Amino acid sequence: MTTPQAPLMPAPGDARKRPLVVMRSVSKMFSSGTLALSGMSLTVEGGEFVSLLGPSGCGKSTALRIIAGLGDVSTGSIDWPSSRINSKGLPEGDISFVFQEPTLMPWQTVFGNVYLPLKLRGVSKAAARDEIMKTLATVGLQDFAEAYPRELSGGMKMRVSIARALVTKPKLLLMDEPFAALDEITRQKLNDDVLRLWRETGITVIFVTHSVFESAYLSNRIVVMKARPGRVHADFPLVTSMSRDAHYRTSEDYRQACEKVSNMLLEAIGGEEH
Amino acid sequence: MSEAQPLAPPKPGFFGRNRETILRTIIPICVVVALILLWQLIITANGIPQYILPGPLAVATSLYNDWGTLWPALWVTTQITMQALTLALIGGVGIAIFLVQSKWIETAFYPITVILQVTPIVAIAPLILIYAPTTQVALLICAFLVAFFPILSNMVQGLKSVDHNLLNLFDLYGASRWQTLLYLKLPSSLPYFMTGLRIGGGLALIAAVVAEFAAGSAGAGSGLAFRLLESQYRLNIPRLFAALVLLSLLGVVIFAITSFISWLSLHRWHESSLKREN
Repeated sequence: MTTPQAPLMPAPGDARKRPLVVMRSVSKMFSSGTLALSGMSLTVEGGEFVSLLGPSGCGKSTALRIIAGLGDVSTGSIDWPSSRINSKGLPEGDISFVFQEPTLMPWQTVFGNVYLPLKLRGVSKAAARDEIMKTLATVGLQDFAEAYPRELSGGMKMRVSIARALVTKPKLLLMDEPFAALDEITRQKLNDDVLRLWRETGITVIFVTHSVFESAYLSNRIVVMKARPGRVHADFPLVTSMSRDAHYRTSEDYRQACEKVSNMLLEAIGGEEH
Repeated sequence: MSEAQPLAPPKPGFFGRNRETILRTIIPICVVVALILLWQLIITANGIPQYILPGPLAVATSLYNDWGTLWPALWVTTQITMQALTLALIGGVGIAIFLVQSKWIETAFYPITVILQVTPIVAIAPLILIYAPTTQVALLICAFLVAFFPILSNMVQGLKSVDHNLLNLFDLYGASRWQTLLYLKLPSSLPYFMTGLRIGGGLALIAAVVAEFAAGSAGAGSGLAFRLLESQYRLNIPRLFAALVLLSLLGVVIFAITSFISWLSLHRWHESSLKREN
């Protein structure tokens, strides 16, 4: 796959660079009494690729789910300045979610799974066909439309999940450790795919991960979180003049980025810097 | 950019095609035939009288000669079983959907369904006979009560076992309650429903027979259970065996049909209907 030498970050003054979602002092307490998030504030702008990084139990997945509207906030608020919101306070149709598991319906074919979000909106199969096939092509699965999930490898299932998330052309893609269960080679390929889709579609991505290397490779902004209770520890941009591809993985730029992210993470978990 | 070669979708037939599957069919048939031959041999060799234990030949003769009596009885039992199973399917699935709507509905009503289930059907049959307008309706109610519970409990389990992430996904896409039921909960609980169907099918037949014993129905319009009792009173043991054979065959047919339906609806995707590939 040839990687175009495209700019990695939207140019300053880019029209996409408007606040898309604003979390204001969001706290979340579970019914068990656990305080998962405490006063978390975060503004994500259009076109950003933000990684939420942190130790397990730091509330990064909770934060992502709250942004998606899966669960209420205990205090604080979430605003969508540039979206039309529905009765549930969510920008309907603007958000998609990719879970850690592919979360496919085993009784549906690949086509049927990707069709789901459109079907729920009342789009007929015939009207959706072109869009679905186009989306499947962007993840390289156009020849597998009629296959059932059980016939696919782990990586391919994840691609179906990503295709399903993209078929509605959302503004914001939320990904909750999507590649954590995959082998290293598949994970790197999917990382490249997600980067390519991000560049091509101009979509905003919030990516939850516990991998320093993954976040340093993918994001142009990293939010490191601290545990008990979950809150933002550090929030910084990750700028490089290099194109993020196989060369970047072995470059000095990438090594420095990893070191920086790693140090922030160590700080967050209270370890010693090295 | 896909990392795997296209996979040829396996197409396992219901009866299979390979040699092993043929053997799987032939061996049990051979065993049954051998046992029947052995049975006949023992009867002939020992000169056992028919009113004690008839041989397979006598049973076959009775099946042929008494077909005029046995066939209508078989038809009655089949009808009661099928009607009870149909009602149990509709009732079981319907009430299961109702029960899982809220935790409180389930808390309130589930114990009642359990009480109905654990009370032996023979014990309620006299009551049902009093209240039901005809014996046929009484039999139907008994068979229904027995077949209904496995379908209900499996369906409740199935509807509650839906993948939480898929439920979240449906929420995220703003699916209505109806859409979630139709596109997610019902298909997802299909394997559970099929288990309920197979158990319910067998139980409906058992209950139709037991209820008829309890009801003591008699004369024309009675099912095979009555013919069993009648043959016993008249010491017509070959006919009793013939009625038994018909009941067994009916049970086997019900099992085969329900298994086939289960295979038909699950073989493309569910683990239970797939052949392990290692």
